[in-house]
Order: sequence, then C-alpha cells, then structure tokens
Amino acid sequence: MPGLEPTLTHYLLLAAALLVISVVGIIANRRNVLVLLMAVELVLLSANLNFVAFSAYFDDLSGQVMTMFVLATAAVESAVGLALLILLFRRRGNVAVQTLDVMKG
Amino acid sequence: MSFSAFLFYVLAAILLVSAVRVVSARQPVHAALSLVLAFFTMAALWITLGAEFLGLALVVIYVGAVMVLFLFVLMMLDVRQTDQTPRWKRHLMPSLLVGAVMLAEIVLLIVKGVKTKAALPENATSMENTRELGKLLFEDYLYPLELVAVLLLVGMIAAIVLTYRQSRFVKRQEPAEQIAVNRDDRLRVVSMPAETETEDAPVHSLERSPEKTGGH
Repeated sequence: MPGLEPTLTHYLLLAAALLVISVVGIIANRRNVLVLLMAVELVLLSANLNFVAFSAYFDDLSGQVMTMFVLATAAVESAVGLALLILLFRRRGNVAVQTLDVMKG
Repeated sequence: MSFSAFLFYVLAAILLVSAVRVVSARQPVHAALSLVLAFFTMAALWITLGAEFLGLALVVIYVGAVMVLFLFVLMMLDVRQTDQTPRWKRHLMPSLLVGAVMLAEIVLLIVKGVKTKAALPENATSMENTRELGKLLFEDYLYPLELVAVLLLVGMIAAIVLTYRQSRFVKRQEPAEQIAVNRDDRLRVVSMPAETETEDAPVHSLERSPEKTGGH
C-alpha cells in the first residue's frame, strides 16, 4: 500500500476516484442533461490530473502540453454540448434524460 | 507529515467532496458551483505539482469562461420543472455496482502496477514552467496546436449554426432557392382555345396575327 507522502500512486488513485465518481454520476443521473455535461467535464479533468502527475513524475513537459490540448477540446465539447442542449430544450421543453427514449426499440 | 503532504490530502478531500456534490446536487446551480470549486481545487493541485501555467489557465478558461457559459445556459432554461422527476430511484444501484467494479480494477492496476514508491521529484525548473511550456508548444507541438485552433473554430461555428434561429422579419436573399428554381415556377403556359373568325368581323382583325398563347 502507498505510504503517507504523496507519490505518483496517490495522484493516480485520486484521479481514479474522481473518474469513478463522475461515471457513477453519468449513469445514475436521469434528470438533467446539463449535469451530465458537467460530469463529462469531471472525467476529462481526472484524465488531465493523470497527465500532469506523470509530467511531474518524469519531469517532461509534454504531458502538460497534452493537458492544454485536452482543455481546449473539452471547451469545444462543452460549447457544442450546450448548443445541443438549447436545441433540445426548444424542441421538447425540458432537459430530463429519462424523456430521451425516442431511439429505444 | 510534511506540509506538501498535508496540502495534498486537504485538496484531494475538497476535490472529491465537490465532485460528489456535482453529481448529486438537487439544484443544477449548486452542481455548477460545486464544479467551480472542483476546478479551483484541481488548479491548486496542479500548481503544487509544478504546473503553474496550467493551473492558472484552468482558472481562467474554466472558471472564467466555460462555467459562465454553463451558468448562462442554466439561467436560460427553466430547470425548475425538471426537478419534479424522481432521481436516484432505479439507476443508483447498478451505477454504484459499475463504479465499484471500475474503482476496484483501477486501484488494483495502480497499486500492483506502479512499481515506484519514490516521491515526486522536486521541480527544479519550476520558475521556468511557462517559458518551457511555450517553447515546447510553439516548436515541437506547433502542428497539433494549429489543429486545436481549427478545432476551436469548428466548435464555434457549430455552436452558432446549431442555435441560430431565423427571424421572419429579416429580408434576405436565399441563393439556394434562387438556383434551385424551375422553369415552371417562373413561366406558366396557359392553353387557350383558338379564336374563330366570324363572318362580319372587321378587316383589321384578320390582318392581326393570331393571339399568341405562349408557344402552343
């Protein structure tokens, strides 16, 4: 088991916990697409924490550059996702996830 | 326990609690504000890891721009009516099961797989973080950087096109409709019965050419 001083393992475990929390939130959330988008942001943030931790561990800044790219992609994703959310609200009048069952067989 | 270790545990606890609040808050506004707290805490963690520029960029981009976008959309939508539906009812247990399995797998992988027990190296070039990052970004990673710029442009255009609503009161040309027009839309051929001459018709009417009925 890892010790008390924060090592790479600690950061990886923290990112894993963050990932699992957000994935559970994505699966369990039936109310609001907006909260779903926020949970996706948390997933990307945990991936970024891994990148930064490995970058600090190997003393290589390439991981931080990757983190910048992931940040930009996440910003694009949230912008397009929010635009789709607005379209959804205009068409249906609510943003509840459980009403989005048109594709269900 | 050193101060950096203490800082790590405090920040990790705040981060996890705020993440739980994001996915479990009843009001979406509370979820958004918890997400702001999570971003702040993550920025602090990155700064303790030596990534100062990324921490500040996270605060500026996410807390300053993306979360404001989220809150704008949140205020535009009428979220109160969506709060009536029951939550956490049928899907909590399966999702917790999936989460537990995922967490067990990842923790097993990390604890068994990461061989090193050494502490993270102290960043000697910590003060030069922004400069080194800029060098790397604009020399080695210039092409991906331009791709990301194009990606941002595409995202901007997509968001505008998706939410663009045409107004009925604006007069504008529609080139697509102008090009797609047929002959039948513009020219109507009317078939008329031919005129018959009567006996006592005046002479000048005979000299007149027959009425053109449009090509027939």
